Amino acid sequence: MRSTSALLYLSGVTVSFDGFKALNNLSLLVEPGEMRAIIGPNGAGKTTMMDVVTGKTRPDSGEVVFDGRADLTKLDEASIATLGIGRKFQKPTVFENHTVRDNLLLALAGLRKWHRLLLAQPTKAETDRLAEILAIIRMEERQHMLGARLSHGQKQWLEIGMLLAQDPKLLLVDEPVAGMTDVETETTAQVLREINRTHSVVVVEHDMSFVRALGVKVTVLHEGSMLAEGTLDQVSADQRVVEVYLGR
Amino acid sequence: MITRFLWQGMDRNLRLFVLLVLAVGIALPLLNQLTPPGSAFHVPAWLMQLMGKYLCYALLALAVDLVWGFCGILSLGHGAFFALGGYCMGMYLMRQIGSRGVYGNPLLPDFMVFLNYKELPWFWYGFNHFWFAMIMVVVVPSLLALALGWFAFRSRVTGVYLSIITQAMTFALMLAFFRNDMGLGGNNGMTDFKEILGFSVQADGTRAALYFASALALALGLIVSAAVVGSRFGKALTAVRDAESRMRFLGYRVEGYKLFVFVLSAAMAGIAGALYVPQVGIINPSEFSPANSIEAVLWVAVGGRGTLIGPVIGAFIVNFGKTWLTGALPEVWLFALGALFIVVTLLLPKGVVGLWGQIKARSQVRKARALA
Repeated sequence: MRSTSALLYLSGVTVSFDGFKALNNLSLLVEPGEMRAIIGPNGAGKTTMMDVVTGKTRPDSGEVVFDGRADLTKLDEASIATLGIGRKFQKPTVFENHTVRDNLLLALAGLRKWHRLLLAQPTKAETDRLAEILAIIRMEERQHMLGARLSHGQKQWLEIGMLLAQDPKLLLVDEPVAGMTDVETETTAQVLREINRTHSVVVVEHDMSFVRALGVKVTVLHEGSMLAEGTLDQVSADQRVVEVYLGR
Repeated sequence: MITRFLWQGMDRNLRLFVLLVLAVGIALPLLNQLTPPGSAFHVPAWLMQLMGKYLCYALLALAVDLVWGFCGILSLGHGAFFALGGYCMGMYLMRQIGSRGVYGNPLLPDFMVFLNYKELPWFWYGFNHFWFAMIMVVVVPSLLALALGWFAFRSRVTGVYLSIITQAMTFALMLAFFRNDMGLGGNNGMTDFKEILGFSVQADGTRAALYFASALALALGLIVSAAVVGSRFGKALTAVRDAESRMRFLGYRVEGYKLFVFVLSAAMAGIAGALYVPQVGIINPSEFSPANSIEAVLWVAVGGRGTLIGPVIGAFIVNFGKTWLTGALPEVWLFALGALFIVVTLLLPKGVVGLWGQIKARSQVRKARALA
């Protein structure tokens, strides 16, 4: 395992499903504190890359190192999450039969072992942290409402609250603005920039105007490999990127 | 700490319900013992025995609901845990017969003499002690659940595949127990019991005590289940049911949660089976039949999945219906069972217990409409 100062280090990662190479010798570096946008046409391997980092999919070959010390190819989802990698799915997934407060409580960093949870009572520190997060996501009044009764937007906010509760070092965000209006898209970009002040973030997105609003370094994936990297203006000027997006 | 743990899940309704179970558990034996036959208040022994059987079924239903209703594991093999607990009790009762059997062998049960056994098989050792048998009632089903669950949950077998595996498990056990050379009574099973702890199993006093023990076991089962479900563990458990992969990405190792509740549930089913056997007087391999496990799931569905009171009510309703219909119109019972399944699925997704909530919600809608 290579020692590296990068927060997330992928080198030569290959994943194939029945001969189809979803990732083909992919290499990627994310520095601590960085926010990175990953774009690419359908089937470029964006979601597979997230699956590899979070332990859902095992790569056939290649290195995946987190925080310069943890080999993510050897760990399962729960261990990787405990190391400090949070994931937000494209569709907001909150626990529908739990209240807003319980959703946050379950996400709160700390207790995860089943035998500890049997007797656990909320500590003062946990209660304080919950109150803080409820204030940030402006859901104090709705804290006893069931997840199922929240609107789409409220669920997104709750999920962001859950990520804050989890307090990961690295946050992977999958298509956060799919199905959103322009105003909501703009707000989400603001929220992500705020989160980026204290957390490293990797955003996968289709929406170019959203990526422009983020204003960060962009990696373009194509057929499972990195095609180009740089600012959005640089990669948009790249002839190969234009070809990939417009079709040959 | 233990008392706080046990009280944390009890809401007012459940507290009343547990008291009701205990009250019925005390009242029936008292009315049976203290009033003369012919009195208007006299409870005949057959009724008490029938109710005792239902109490055991109710505990089995509660066990099924704990894994299905709260963790989303649809077990179609819980009858196996019930039967294993019953067999452990049956082995104890067989050894209490002693030389009073037909063949008069002081050590070997009748079926072993009949099958030319020369000595007691090793796995019968210890079952002459009540305490040992009672430990086995819990340990044997738990170990099976632990082994099955460990492999299944680690390999992330879920949903219908897991249901099929549990169903196959109980079917395989049924075939195994049907064999005479298992040393467990073959297709005749074990019966003709004489004594439990020195008391005749036929005596009304013993029946009353067994009935009370069943009510007590159900009450304890409700309290323990409520404590588990009401704890932070329980919140995590229902979250696993609703969104398993989300829990993994939050850092929970969900296998541990499933395994704990599966083993706890198997132990409860085993205790129910152990209390059932002395009350009905027989245990045989048909208790492992897949249909039994499926019926137990139906009780939960009828009563209300994911509630604690529901499975108890469901077990009583369906079994009262079964007792009555198989007596009055035996050929109709299976059709009635099928119809019940359809009605519950279509009209009562939350079971009988959920009906109350449905009615309340509807009247609220009506009120809101009237205002608008």
